[in-house]
Amino acid sequence: MATLEQSADGPKGDEVRRRDFINIAAVSFAGVGAVAVVGPLIVQMNPSADVLAMASIEVDLSKIAPGQAIKTSWRKQPVFLRNLTPKEIAEANAVPLSSLRDPQTLAERTKPGKQNWLITMGICTHLGCIPLGTGEGENKGPFGGYFCPCHGSAYDTAARIRTGPAPRNLDVPEYEFTSDTVVQIG
Amino acid sequence: MSFSWAKPYEPKSPFMVWLDERLPLPRLVYGATGGGYPVPRNLNYFWNFGVLAGLALVIQIITGIVLAMHYYATADGAFNSVEHIMRDVNAGWLLRYAHSNGASFFFIVIYIHIFRGLFYGSYKAPREMVWMLGLVIYLLMMATAFLGYVLPWGQMSYWGAQVITGFFSAFPLVGEPIRIWLLGGFAPDQASLTRFFSLHYLLPFVIAAVVILHIWSLHIPGSNNPTGVDVKDEKDTLPFHPFYTAKDGFGVGVFLILYCAVLFFAPNYLGHADNYIPANPLATPAHIVPEWYFWPFYAILRAFTMDFILPAKLWGVLAMFASILLLFFLPWLDRSPVRSGNYRPLFKIFFWILVLDVLVLGYCGGSPADPLYVALSQLAAAYYFAHFLIILPLISKFERPLPLPSSITASVLHGEKQESAPYGLAKSAPAAAE
Repeated sequence: MATLEQSADGPKGDEVRRRDFINIAAVSFAGVGAVAVVGPLIVQMNPSADVLAMASIEVDLSKIAPGQAIKTSWRKQPVFLRNLTPKEIAEANAVPLSSLRDPQTLAERTKPGKQNWLITMGICTHLGCIPLGTGEGENKGPFGGYFCPCHGSAYDTAARIRTGPAPRNLDVPEYEFTSDTVVQIG
Repeated sequence: MSFSWAKPYEPKSPFMVWLDERLPLPRLVYGATGGGYPVPRNLNYFWNFGVLAGLALVIQIITGIVLAMHYYATADGAFNSVEHIMRDVNAGWLLRYAHSNGASFFFIVIYIHIFRGLFYGSYKAPREMVWMLGLVIYLLMMATAFLGYVLPWGQMSYWGAQVITGFFSAFPLVGEPIRIWLLGGFAPDQASLTRFFSLHYLLPFVIAAVVILHIWSLHIPGSNNPTGVDVKDEKDTLPFHPFYTAKDGFGVGVFLILYCAVLFFAPNYLGHADNYIPANPLATPAHIVPEWYFWPFYAILRAFTMDFILPAKLWGVLAMFASILLLFFLPWLDRSPVRSGNYRPLFKIFFWILVLDVLVLGYCGGSPADPLYVALSQLAAAYYFAHFLIILPLISKFERPLPLPSSITASVLHGEKQESAPYGLAKSAPAAAE
């Protein structure tokens, strides 16, 4: 068949032949198929359904006295929940925003009317260590908030970065108060 | 390696010249699967199955590596981790079904590949080594498939492990200690599962290494062909690329369609429902059979029911191993110098009887151990051995083969005048052409 086609009025010289088209179509089709197969091989490494199902927790705050903090676990990551004293709130509000590396007010980092509840991730924004400062007698650093022992990042009483290598304030997770004493994180 | 007219590799760009002088990998590929590897021009679609087996191996290795990221080989957790893969892991159901059905398709492809070799005499000189390395691959595949089937730790997994390792206990004196050594205990448990997982991960790479040897030894004489006649000159061959890459490409397409049809529409058809019940060391399933690809051998195992000098159990195990080991001697059992079954009228008949016999064995192996099926297995098992040990040597002695074509080209162009005329024109003057 091919002989007939080319000997009759088939194209001459460098025109596109029927065979070129078939070649390109066949190889492209195989390429599209290969790309489609890569999809499942990549998404299988994303968090699985059972991991995502653990994505929200409820925490009871009633036992945390002013000045105390607790550490809990959300998505296998530490979360700090801290009941700030009026003195600590005042200290946080006294800092001029312009002096901060990551300018944010305490009000922006807490819920309205619940300014004493400072809820942040317990993960240093430098390289992911857990800062000290939640437990009784732990080193709270020069600004009275948290202190990361790995590379010396110091956070203030609003968990904002003040000195050290960390680029950002401790992240505030998504949360809401479901009652006066219960908070749902995630 | 290869024929004198094979086109040598010529690097096209300065970079490829530079690379060729330092790491001639493109040269190797070109000479093995490119324009530099001349292949008989008359190969039919049965010659696709080597490439298809390679594809199946690649599919198994890729999906297997991915599954191992989510599976845990603990007696308490293995079953649940498989359910976790099926329900929670993204695309996990697809990957697991691709792997479990991939094993079945690997065996389908390999069985056609083996029977292709049996029919066309591909095991004969100078390809004995290709054949024997192929058998080694087949044995490794069986081991790998068995080990993999244990991993989900369902009822069939557990009792499969129990029965297969039980084979070894048939041997007197050393048997039971060997079985306990293999299991790392008195019954399949954590130790067995962990080592089975380790070896199941290892063996596919051993298979890949033997595949390289298999292809290497194949590329020395080159492929056999449907006539079995040796390649004589350049006219008898075509370069592998583009001719056989295209032909294999088509075969790959057909294979993938069939594979996907089962994978997406009947993913559990080839499995056993009982394997979705967690392993229970205190209850054996009522009807226990291996995966379909082991059925013929399972039938041979069960065919021995009477003690005769040795215990029946030992006979069964010996016969089962012998049925495969026998094939290593095939190149010397079949003495006929004619390779292709197409030119061996008697051999051809017995070849198809053998195919039927193996299918009967398979059917019996998958059926319950009723007296009727056992009797049928005994008959079929006896015939299996008779075929290789009695019938084949006799045929090669008494058969008168048909005349062979003088060359591959002559066989291809037997209707030369009609076939070489442009399409539609030959019919108009057939008399003149003669």
